[in-house]
Amino acid sequence: MVDPAQNTLRFRDDAPAGDPAVTLEAFTDQSNALAVRIEPGEDARNLLPHLDRIRLVEVNFPTFGDGRGYSAARVLREAGYTGELRAVGDVLVDQIAFMKRCGFDAFQPDQPLDAADVDNALTRWPEVYQPTTDARVPIWGLRHGGDNG
Amino acid sequence: MYKYDQWDQAMVDARVAEFRDQCQRRIDGKLTEDQFKPLRLMNGLYLQLHAYMLRVAIPYGTLSGTQMRALASIADKFDRKYAHFTTRQNVQYNWIKLEDAGDILADLAKVEMHAIQTSGNCIRNISSDHFAGAAADEVVDPRPYAELLRQWSSFHPEFSYLPRKFKFAVIASETDRAAMRLHDIGINIVRNDAGELGAAFYVGGGMGRTPMIAPLVRDFVPLDQLITYAEACLRVYNRYGRRDNKYKARIKILVHELGAEEYTRQVEEEFALLLAQNIEPPIAELERIRTYFEDPAFEAGASVKLDRSDPDFAVWSDRNTHPHRQSGYVSAVISLKPVGGIPGDATADQMRLMAELTEQYSFDECRVTHTQNIVLPHVRKADLFALWQRLEAAGLGTPNLDQIGDIIACPGLDYCSLANARSIPIAQQISERFNASGKGDILGELKLKISGCINACGHHHAGHIGILGVDKKGVENYQLSLGGSEAEDTSLGKITGRGFDEAGIVDAVETSVDVYLAQRQDGERFLDTYRRIGMEPFKEALYG
Repeated sequence: MVDPAQNTLRFRDDAPAGDPAVTLEAFTDQSNALAVRIEPGEDARNLLPHLDRIRLVEVNFPTFGDGRGYSAARVLREAGYTGELRAVGDVLVDQIAFMKRCGFDAFQPDQPLDAADVDNALTRWPEVYQPTTDARVPIWGLRHGGDNG
Repeated sequence: MYKYDQWDQAMVDARVAEFRDQCQRRIDGKLTEDQFKPLRLMNGLYLQLHAYMLRVAIPYGTLSGTQMRALASIADKFDRKYAHFTTRQNVQYNWIKLEDAGDILADLAKVEMHAIQTSGNCIRNISSDHFAGAAADEVVDPRPYAELLRQWSSFHPEFSYLPRKFKFAVIASETDRAAMRLHDIGINIVRNDAGELGAAFYVGGGMGRTPMIAPLVRDFVPLDQLITYAEACLRVYNRYGRRDNKYKARIKILVHELGAEEYTRQVEEEFALLLAQNIEPPIAELERIRTYFEDPAFEAGASVKLDRSDPDFAVWSDRNTHPHRQSGYVSAVISLKPVGGIPGDATADQMRLMAELTEQYSFDECRVTHTQNIVLPHVRKADLFALWQRLEAAGLGTPNLDQIGDIIACPGLDYCSLANARSIPIAQQISERFNASGKGDILGELKLKISGCINACGHHHAGHIGILGVDKKGVENYQLSLGGSEAEDTSLGKITGRGFDEAGIVDAVETSVDVYLAQRQDGERFLDTYRRIGMEPFKEALYG
């Protein structure tokens, strides 16, 4: 088994947080952890009081079909979180463009992704229909001018 | 009709390229079947009993003649020269080869069509009133709102892996012709006391194994908050909808388990947060979309006279047309329910004829109804007889709209890998029997709906008479239910009692109809009589 850490794709310029991510439960019990992992059933909003000190949030996708992590990511970005947001687990190349739009800026898939496929996936879509926190101007904005139209 | 601009076209073209690439990676072994399955489903490609089935999206059921013709060509080129119109106003091809799927999507893209999100656990094609833009009773044309929702929901990054599939219907009149409250979200565009337009949101309806009528969650969402409110409804569902059990994963279960009040509270909380995110499209976009749905160039002072001297035409005209808000015009319904035929099927030749008639008689616009028929929305009364003659000659003139022969039926065990029983032969036998006895002609409105399994694609819960096919120890068995309605008086049918075999269910339908005929009072429909007299007289006649 390949160490998933070696598969990590990062779209950030800062140095990665070296700390291992603790569980949400462990995180809320201690004040010094800088990295936390949230599971699909957990409420990302529990992290909101601590956003200023968190450097890494890992969002686990035990199976790619469980889409709760997409909402978790957007909730964190909408609340102003600017640290690393990493999708881990069953992260597949056909999901990463959507994940990126929801605010993920790092991916640590269980199975390595083909670099050319990643490139295709991230450049495939000329435009987008909806605004998210990724700051892309949606098509309705292009039609009418302005950030969101 | 809505027309793509360069951006809409670029998105659909990108989707074709993406799907070709996904198919190639599947062939190269880079994707497992488990990984490929949701990707092909999000492009409408199912593996059925005998072949792949491709479901093509028809946004709010509206098609041009060119598009209808392209659908006919696909039936010729890639299928067995016919296609099947569905209860979600889409069209399906039943005999598709996986290796052709990319080429079909490319053909569709050339006429501004696609199969995006016609399956999978994502937001599906948005359905609407098939008389939109024509009905005398509508507040406004609901389709611009459906189009805005179409764009917002296409490739939505947060809501493409929902707990389960998600269906919207948008209407804008008191009369519900789209089964609005039997959708995950039903939207009714209404006018408030101040004369402003807004959206009433009904959330958590559905059929399937746990049928539910959607409760009203918000009676008036201003139009410049429509998308934000929808986003809030979906986010609460995506975060908290059940994922432990496929049969409890629809939003109706979440709304039911939380209670409509608590669900609403959570939506309102999320909505307040999302308002600050400024995700709403500019109102100018809604204005832009509206311009595509302006009235066609109706002839002022078009004749209101109808020559009814041909008795067959007079019957068809009485049954298969709907009042138009423009004087001198009607909406004409082409029945895809010939006696003994397969509900919703049309041959490629019939589709080409319908394309031609669409162009010639209806300002180049037709509609697919959720009852699996085709509407020509804007026909001059003066043209109606000529239109009928062309339809009649092609086997498309069956005068049975909303009658017992106008049956909704799912593909059932003849095609579907989920089905427990056949639906099509039951529909065929019922329509043949009531036609042969002449009884079909005296019944008036009677909506009969057949599903071949509990998933209820044939809307049996909402049938005045509903039939559900089940598997009973390896034998097809059919449950009968009475009293359902998909209209503005939405109700769910009740099961009469033990089920019937194939011959028995057709007899049971006739027995139920005979109870109605014996008991009906002036002007009562089957549904009205049932509601007045209740289940007992029917049970008595059925089971003695």
